[in-house]
Amino acid sequence: MNGAEIFVKALADLGVDVVFGYPGGAVLHIYDELFKNTKVRHFLCRHEQGAVHMADGYARASGRTGVALVTSGPGATNTVTGIATAYMDSIPIVVFSGQVPTLMIGNDAFQEADIVGITRPCTKHNYLVKETKDLARIVKEAFYLASTGRPGPVLVDIPKDVLMSSAEYILPKEVAVRGYHPNYEGHPKQVESAIRLLMEKERPVLYVGGGIILSGAAAPLAEFARILGIPVTTTLMGMGAFPGTDPLNLGMLGMHGTYQANMAISHSDLILALGARFDDRVTGKVDEFAPHAKIVHVDIDPTSIQKNVPVDIPIVGDVKDVLKKMIKLVKGTKEAAAYREKIAPWREQIGKWARTHPLSYKKSAGKIKPQYVVEKIYEITKGDAVIATEVGQNQMWAAQFYKYDHPRTFLSSGGLGTMGYGFPAAIGAQVAMPGRLVIDIAGDGSIQMNIQELATAVQYRLPVKVVILNNGALGMVRQWQELFFQGKYSQTCLPQIPDFVKLAEAYGAAGFRATRTEEVAGVLKKGFAAKGPAFIDILCDPNEMVYPMVPAGAPLTKMLLV
Amino acid sequence: MRHTISVLVENEFGVLSRVSGLFSGRGFNIESLSVAETTDPSVSRMTIVTSGNDQIIEQILKQLNKLISVIKVVDLTGAETVDRELVLVKVNADPETKAEVLRLVDIFRAKIVDVAPRCYTVEMTGDEAKVKAFLQLLRPVGIKEVVRTGLVSIARGM
Repeated sequence: MNGAEIFVKALADLGVDVVFGYPGGAVLHIYDELFKNTKVRHFLCRHEQGAVHMADGYARASGRTGVALVTSGPGATNTVTGIATAYMDSIPIVVFSGQVPTLMIGNDAFQEADIVGITRPCTKHNYLVKETKDLARIVKEAFYLASTGRPGPVLVDIPKDVLMSSAEYILPKEVAVRGYHPNYEGHPKQVESAIRLLMEKERPVLYVGGGIILSGAAAPLAEFARILGIPVTTTLMGMGAFPGTDPLNLGMLGMHGTYQANMAISHSDLILALGARFDDRVTGKVDEFAPHAKIVHVDIDPTSIQKNVPVDIPIVGDVKDVLKKMIKLVKGTKEAAAYREKIAPWREQIGKWARTHPLSYKKSAGKIKPQYVVEKIYEITKGDAVIATEVGQNQMWAAQFYKYDHPRTFLSSGGLGTMGYGFPAAIGAQVAMPGRLVIDIAGDGSIQMNIQELATAVQYRLPVKVVILNNGALGMVRQWQELFFQGKYSQTCLPQIPDFVKLAEAYGAAGFRATRTEEVAGVLKKGFAAKGPAFIDILCDPNEMVYPMVPAGAPLTKMLLV
Repeated sequence: MRHTISVLVENEFGVLSRVSGLFSGRGFNIESLSVAETTDPSVSRMTIVTSGNDQIIEQILKQLNKLISVIKVVDLTGAETVDRELVLVKVNADPETKAEVLRLVDIFRAKIVDVAPRCYTVEMTGDEAKVKAFLQLLRPVGIKEVVRTGLVSIARGM
């Protein structure tokens, strides 16, 4: 078999049925092979960045590893933002790039780029395949590395001659990488110490992140929290890890977190961090983060522990395994019931914070409030949609005003903060979940960053709905200029915004628009009922800002409120 | 504090840049780095001398371990070790300095490995303190050039 045949057969044998990609000279042989193959469906994107975000959205929505395929040079460099996005959020994807023939590598050949060098710092691992006989093994290793331990993107760079020369097809049964042994089992002694410490304390908080979702630990998390009656706050990446409608859920913490979540963290005497990494958007001023709390940190990646904050009890392991061990220690015990009682005053205190400062916004009769739009989306979909977001105000409002009851229903670029992520991610999610309503909550700035993918959605009849919270501005940056730069709106107003309705129609999609508050619900319903992809352009109050807000570098208790 | 870290890595292209990229990308220091094949040709050993507070060193060790191409990481700091570095020094060898150079070479058990009309090239091995002392004493004579391998280190006994 030649390399291209080996490659496509390996994909099929590994159960890959969806590839997002864009052809080019260096991968012609693969595309010729895909043409003949019926097991692997290829989705033709309109930009390689879109292809990688689609693979990422596919992975986040389904839990399976996403796959992107691109050509050498510009095809490969266009994937970098998508790869870095997946890397920061620990999303399992494998990106295959074509490369110029091995003998020409380093010669500045046509469409040559050192993509292995370029992506070294933003992949979990990457490969340059030098011989056809290694190809099947490397493809298998790539999927293994991407999806195990702390997941992440893996890039495999395949020179053209490797695709053209022949070798025997041998897909190894087992993967053996001697430098890679992720530890899944939390140390039982450490788990016991953690529970012992927890039971001594009176103001505990579970601080949970994307690790819960990646590990499939939402069910044990809910069980554990309810057994002991411990309040839960989630990071942006942890939306859906714990039911948004559960009374124990405090909502998101951090820069745009809820009042009760930030106050709870700041007054807590024990934080149990589960699959979260103490990002600066979560901690605020790190020296004043949770000043009264002992910290237990559970993470599968040892480097996450002790990186930003000192930890009292570190536990390296899969958070699902650790939670199950914790449940075993407390379930059905008298101590658990007593503990639930003991911390009732703490829940009461948090309840007071929640009642005095709930998430809110000033309603107005005339202008449409973006928060109202998100609330309406929640009502109309009954919380049953898969929501993708772009980055900025739209992202924060989507996190604040929609309640996520299930994991893998909130797809957002948390770590890298990539504008232009949401729309292709929503398309990828729609491919993974054909029957589901998938909505991208977007801004008028972000949507223009990967708007070309509308052609992809139309071509494959993927009925993704894009709700554009259109405020004519790069809202989040403008919010900072309003608050910290004396209202000098330097380059954050977008006076030349396309007519999104006409634009959608030009692509062959449907377009809808609401300009007054009373139209919003009707327009959303119409848009969601559209058969194919639709843009729903909602002209929002341009002066609306995201609150609460902890200014950068301030402690969590110093929130600016509505 | 300074740490000497011994790292076993896959002997394949790109590994050095994975390791050095980790240091530069995260703002860690490399004071010296030496690398060569081990008895197993598929494995290389890197000896890295770095510095930082406890938290930084902990991160360096963990981040090194996280690299897929890294097989084993050992922090040799505080352990009983044999440390060696090799230096080549080109020094002035004028009639009035020649004797002093030869005397120092003798005392430090160094070797003259190249002789030119007005300069000697001296080879010397030793631990950090010895190298430092040697270079300090040669300085008044006139050092033209120094090349150092960086430290290599091995644990004593089994």
